[in-house]
Amino acid sequence: MARLIRMDHTGHTTLAEWTASDEASVEAAATAFREQLDAGYYGVVSAGEGEARQVTELPRDADLVILRRPIAGG
Amino acid sequence: MSAPAPVPVLRETEAVYWRPRIDPRRLKITGRLWTATTLAHSVPFTATAVGLFLLDPITIPVGLALLAHAWLIPELYARRGANVLRPARRVGEAAERTAIGLLGDLVGHEARDLHARSGLVLERGGLGTWLVGEAGAVLVHPGGRRVHCWCVRVEDPRLPAADRIAHLLLALREDEAGFATVANQAFSGAPWRLRRRIAAPMRPALDAAVRAARG
Repeated sequence: MARLIRMDHTGHTTLAEWTASDEASVEAAATAFREQLDAGYYGVVSAGEGEARQVTELPRDADLVILRRPIAGG
Repeated sequence: MSAPAPVPVLRETEAVYWRPRIDPRRLKITGRLWTATTLAHSVPFTATAVGLFLLDPITIPVGLALLAHAWLIPELYARRGANVLRPARRVGEAAERTAIGLLGDLVGHEARDLHARSGLVLERGGLGTWLVGEAGAVLVHPGGRRVHCWCVRVEDPRLPAADRIAHLLLALREDEAGFATVANQAFSGAPWRLRRRIAAPMRPALDAAVRAARG
């Protein structure tokens, strides 16, 4: 089962879980994903060691989508 | 013929649109400018100290003060570089454990072990070998003879340490050049200058990064 998680003060929180064949679970995850983007989070899919890509739509075939905050120079 | 795939660009670079995007050539130039600046700070003090001594040995106390300046200013820069790896306050044991679990899923065995010992994650990139900390990262230039220290962080003080690292690591993996463009450079110089200023548990991680950069 694929997961949408948000890195936060608890370590991380699982916001949604879905399977590609279950349209209702995909739609619920996509809605949760959009809400987090609206709240300022960025969606990232880890594409194996050393690679990641930012996504603006929930990729239904991904195993794990991570929501992160923007970074800035300190 | 199909068009080449677009290069992913870190969204955060929009906030620093005036900065030229970092590339290997620009890194090399920046490194040389840092060396020139270090010399510009040290050489005049040293030369004046020597000149004064040759003019009149009674000026030795003044010369010593000048030599102290020649030593101290580059040291302060190196300390600034070391500060990018300084760990932040811990937020809570349970959250830290959860965050370490996620970070562990993102990296391999070797990087996981190194993180457990040093608090830093080693990541090989196109610009060199990175050491990612909670509030910044160090890039060891290919060849291992120069480090660039970058101050960059996620603006949420409640995040556990491993989540801070995971934020930076994911951004780095999305767009390495963009990551270096967003970050503020705090220091560039020889690895040994940085090594003596960082905490002892972090030194093996820097040594490992230098070895990796040497290939």
